[in-house]
Amino acid sequence: MDMSFSPEDQAFRAEVRQFLKDRLPQRLSEKVRLFQELTKAEIEEWHAVLNEKGWLAGNWPRDFGGAGWTAIQRHIFEEESALAHAPRILPFGIAMLGPVLQKFGSKEQQDRFLPRILDGQDWWCQGYSEPGSGSDLASVKTTAVRDGDHYVVNGQKTWTTLGQHANWIFCLVRTDPTAKAQEGISFLLVDLTAPGITVRPIVLLDGNPEVNEVFFDDVRVPAENLVGEENKGWTYAKYLLTHERTNIAGVGFATAGLAALKRIARGQMSGGKPLSQNPLFAAQVARVEIDLMAMATTNLRLLAQAAAGQAPGAESSMLKLKGTQIRQAINDLTRRAVGPWALAFPSEALEGANDDLPPGPPEAAGATRAYLNNRKLSIYGGSNEIQRGIIAKSLLGL
Amino acid sequence: MNFGFTEEQTMLGDSLARTLERGTDASALFELGAGAALMTEEAGGFGGTGADILMVFRTLGRAGAVTPLLDSVVLGAGILSAAGESDLAEAAASGEARVAVALDEPGQRYEGTVATTAAAGKLTGEKSVIHGAEDATHLIVRATDGLYLVEAGAEGLSLRGYALMDGGRAAEVTLKDVPARRLGDADLLDRPLAAAILALCADALGVMEKAVDLTTDYLKTRKQFGRPIGSFQAIQHRMADLLTEVEQARSAVWNLAGHLDSADRDRHVAATKSLVGRIARLVAEETIQLHGGIGMTEEYELAPMARRLLAADARFGDSDHHLERFIAASAA
Repeated sequence: MDMSFSPEDQAFRAEVRQFLKDRLPQRLSEKVRLFQELTKAEIEEWHAVLNEKGWLAGNWPRDFGGAGWTAIQRHIFEEESALAHAPRILPFGIAMLGPVLQKFGSKEQQDRFLPRILDGQDWWCQGYSEPGSGSDLASVKTTAVRDGDHYVVNGQKTWTTLGQHANWIFCLVRTDPTAKAQEGISFLLVDLTAPGITVRPIVLLDGNPEVNEVFFDDVRVPAENLVGEENKGWTYAKYLLTHERTNIAGVGFATAGLAALKRIARGQMSGGKPLSQNPLFAAQVARVEIDLMAMATTNLRLLAQAAAGQAPGAESSMLKLKGTQIRQAINDLTRRAVGPWALAFPSEALEGANDDLPPGPPEAAGATRAYLNNRKLSIYGGSNEIQRGIIAKSLLGL
Repeated sequence: MNFGFTEEQTMLGDSLARTLERGTDASALFELGAGAALMTEEAGGFGGTGADILMVFRTLGRAGAVTPLLDSVVLGAGILSAAGESDLAEAAASGEARVAVALDEPGQRYEGTVATTAAAGKLTGEKSVIHGAEDATHLIVRATDGLYLVEAGAEGLSLRGYALMDGGRAAEVTLKDVPARRLGDADLLDRPLAAAILALCADALGVMEKAVDLTTDYLKTRKQFGRPIGSFQAIQHRMADLLTEVEQARSAVWNLAGHLDSADRDRHVAATKSLVGRIARLVAEETIQLHGGIGMTEEYELAPMARRLLAADARFGDSDHHLERFIAASAA
């Protein structure tokens, strides 16, 4: 048993840290630190910096223009990036679609789409959920009917994150309405600028239009945009979901969030002393920190198993469950740490909101937004109730 | 990075488990080298690392074995070895001698406040809940100015023994001008006590794993309303949460094992003991509840597991105590 990182991994960490110090603009890290929303241009700016270094797609093999990092290296990069308040890399092209195209896409699709993900020409979004298909994803109803060398797509997707910035969407569509739920689904790449598509933002309770509804009305999609085989889309979707789960624990986000929480608690006064010295508050912070120490080790144990070629089972559902509980607890403590300042709510969604000079410490306004926004953590990516079902079934064999 | 065990550690764990299947016989465990596996090479053993302690005590916990290994070897021989008493340390590690360690005093909870005094080589005071004191050939006693060695049966030493909920025994110890030999300052305790807390947490992990296995089997076989109760979502989700918490406990035990000889040992001791104590209680409560009525009975095998888990929290500082220590260690 040796819990320390190898000398190579430690050297890699130092290299990542130095790179972030040299190349991460403070303009961006300051917004991330204060829980402020980044603009499309700012996200693209950070992608471009990473791509120039060859570090945008740490999970991709080198042959496809990725960094070809090990699972441990990816973990180190994610952790250091979070601690430096770097913008997060958009997962849709890099973490989700890229691996699917590399595994199941045609050579033409790989040559056409992968470079455009890296250089920022395309911004992808995910067309999975529908109004009637949440946790029960296999019930998708959006149809694609073959018409010559095109598919004609009709239906609606929803909860499409940052779809307002995207020019492409990868969709699960029903191509065989007579087959069993999982067997009639195909994986289709759709140009969002095509006629018949409407993207409508949904404002969430944090005041931010982070997600969208996407409507398809007789949208003609070239048949060459079908990934793999028709009616095999569920296989590809499941493959994508396993890739989506590589950073499922969110250790880096939690570590950075905890550091921010402690800093804020040291700056807030309670009964004449820093809030960090209030025994009730300190106990809650300590408890979540202890939970995080254990969860981070579970994460590393699974990474080590993955490196040794063992596929993760129900453990990744445990990471999702515990990881999101910890992050939500940190968000909650951070919001409560700023006390009454958390009441100010600078949101475009509310009339008379004033975003210029919110009261209290600079993190106060964002703390409420982050808390509200991260209620999503236990809902998306397979809700925590779905994860509990997976854990119980894989264990109980029911 | 490596979270696994050496071949030797795995083999020891396997042979220990096989021996324990035939029942708990302390002399058989010592013969197998379980004591020496808990001592470092400098101390005459062949192990003594966090991983060795984890392997041995997790196996003991799974088997539900009540042994003198924690008190007499990890704690007792550990202190003696640190004090340079290598002969007695080796005797304790081989099972020839039995050592009990008398630290806590009545009414002091887990604070470690000591009033026992040493005057002209004689100890006077009271010690509370001293594990294994009745079987001990030697007692290590903490006095205000350090640690002392007392022989069993010494004049002025009296014990009042009683059974413990984890199946072991302890005693209230009264010392009146008991002849004693000074071993050294109280900091001799630092590493042995941390190792003993790791041992207790690893033992609790083994018990938790066993209790979860037992409960899982029960959920698959017990039928109500015509189907296994494990098919009900209310039960499944409760069990999933429990498993997730046990996974946390497992990682916490690994954390302490991996940091037993690191600079931030105290912080890891506090974190692990606080988390394991909390989850040990949870596992006891949840596995009883998931079993229903049968889980309430003394006859069913869950009963000693549940009590052993509660005992793990109540010893060497409970989860609240170590949460406070964690806050203090993090602020330092």
